[in-house]
Amino acid sequence: MNQWIVFAILLPAVMAPVLVLAARHDIVLARVLSVAACAAQLALALGFFVSASSEPPQMYALGDWPAPFGIVLVLDRLSALMLLLSGALSLLVLLYAIGGWDARGRHFHALWQFQVMGINGAFLTGDFFNLFVFFEILLIASYGLMVHGGGRDRVGAGVQYVVVNLLGSTLFLIAVGLIYSVAGTLNMADLALKVPELAQGDRAILNTGALLLLMVFGVKAALVPLHFWLPGTYANAPAPVAALFAIMTKVGAYSIIRLYVLAFGAEAGASAWLAAPWLLPAALVTLVLGMAGVLGARSLGQLAAFSVIGSMGTLLIAVGLFSEQALGAGLYYLVHSTLAAAALFLVADLVSARRIVHGGQLDAGPAFADSGLLSAYFFVLAIAVCGMPPLSGFIGKLLILDSARSSALVAWIWSLVLGTSLLCIVGFARAGSTLFWRRHGVGDLPPPEQDVSSSGVLPMVSTGAILFALVMFTVFAGPATVWLDDTAAQVFQPGQYIDAVLGAGGINE
Amino acid sequence: MEFLLASAIGGLTTAGVYLLLRARTFSVVLGLALLSYATNVFLFAMGRLVTNAPPVISTLATDYTDPLPQALVLTAIVISFGMTAVVVVMALRSYLESDSDHIDGNGLAQAGEPGSVVLPVEVSEGGR
Repeated sequence: MNQWIVFAILLPAVMAPVLVLAARHDIVLARVLSVAACAAQLALALGFFVSASSEPPQMYALGDWPAPFGIVLVLDRLSALMLLLSGALSLLVLLYAIGGWDARGRHFHALWQFQVMGINGAFLTGDFFNLFVFFEILLIASYGLMVHGGGRDRVGAGVQYVVVNLLGSTLFLIAVGLIYSVAGTLNMADLALKVPELAQGDRAILNTGALLLLMVFGVKAALVPLHFWLPGTYANAPAPVAALFAIMTKVGAYSIIRLYVLAFGAEAGASAWLAAPWLLPAALVTLVLGMAGVLGARSLGQLAAFSVIGSMGTLLIAVGLFSEQALGAGLYYLVHSTLAAAALFLVADLVSARRIVHGGQLDAGPAFADSGLLSAYFFVLAIAVCGMPPLSGFIGKLLILDSARSSALVAWIWSLVLGTSLLCIVGFARAGSTLFWRRHGVGDLPPPEQDVSSSGVLPMVSTGAILFALVMFTVFAGPATVWLDDTAAQVFQPGQYIDAVLGAGGINE
Repeated sequence: MEFLLASAIGGLTTAGVYLLLRARTFSVVLGLALLSYATNVFLFAMGRLVTNAPPVISTLATDYTDPLPQALVLTAIVISFGMTAVVVVMALRSYLESDSDHIDGNGLAQAGEPGSVVLPVEVSEGGR
């Protein structure tokens, strides 16, 4: 039992009330505490990453209740990877928010910590109902963050976002109820043992519950036809919040990987690979729709939001192939697309804040401040998001295409991934040339002084740091793919996970 | 009892889904509330329906009801209650900011519709 695991949840859970109670009126103190908490989480996640690399899955039983009855937290390579990603992203994006966004409304830092707590908890928990609770925590915090700063369009989009996710939570509860009613357990490892032994008469109820759960995760992961909430929400959310939301879609993808390989995978008897026939076609449609949206976007926010949908489509294709090689490729793409999407939202915000008249609209306008550096950022990101060489998007897509060769749908996957890459290139080329090259009218210079988010170097530096991480992820793609392939191999050996949960602290009295 | 419970869940869900698909925020909030009631009753029934049996260990009991769904329902009630409050506040805020109680905020286009609450305002750019 590894006591440290619970600190990934405890740290933000304690820091958030401290921020509300002690640092409510002192924005400087709140910033210092919030950054310190995020840095500590990153250090903790690095520790987990090192320890999960060399050791088998570890677990922590909350309250020391034995495993199938109490709630467990499980740390394996996959959750360590996700924790590291969320730790790094939340720290870098928080630094961006300190450039001014956090002062536009109240309780930004407290909500940020609650959001991180929900995300970390969802990556660690080994229990369904607990997963529901952590989903709610991250959603409740995201409702607050989504309308941070207010404004008519933002609150309107926020209401739709809340309603869609409340409906998703209702479905989640129904699905958990259905699975519990036949399997009699809420523990994921225990469920994996129960599923193959279930009576034939109960199979339909179990499968219904599991597929309803796929719908819930599909809502989170913006899988077509459940993606419709995403463009409005992400395009209207404050930029740092949208950047953090880039990891929230990955929570859905993570849950799909975890559940449908562990409990409904090769060992599941009549329910084996339950999600496969649904996930892959839906992911292909998601990819096409997302990239078509990139081509048709009329503002930078929409462009970034639809590129998130497109990248989720690519990622879920890799997940939906349900093979070890494809998952390794998918995990590489997951890390890449999270960083790229976050940076894209930040660059979109930096550009729109400097264009006084046109904002984020993709219209030709006068010259604006810092357009040299920003166009370089945008160019690097466009290469990464579209998947052109030399950056990590290219490597990720190449790995996914390579792993799809044994699939029955290989022709569809290859043609759609390559075709939509072209759509994406055209979309980004159009957006970039309109923003940075086609200029007319009176110059906007000197830059607007009143806009807090555009002043200062911190936003520029933190955006640059995410881009640097992306470049490093490309340079060290060799070691990274080796590590990720081992991770995929561990995911595809559910025995290790089950032993960690039920073997160590299980029913052995 | 099974029929009564099943038809109650069905009725609540039907009404909830109908209200959820309405254009105004108030009916949508009511729909969400009805759906969460239906879910709570549904969860409660997932441990099988047993009458006159305790959920905790007792020396007198011969039969037990499943305690776990009761704990789940309690959590679900707390969360859905809180969420209903949140969505009411967000809907109110959205109404005050846009002077329209339509869920997509486009109520101004349908100002002539009877019963719609539309105040004469200038359409201003929202956002930042």
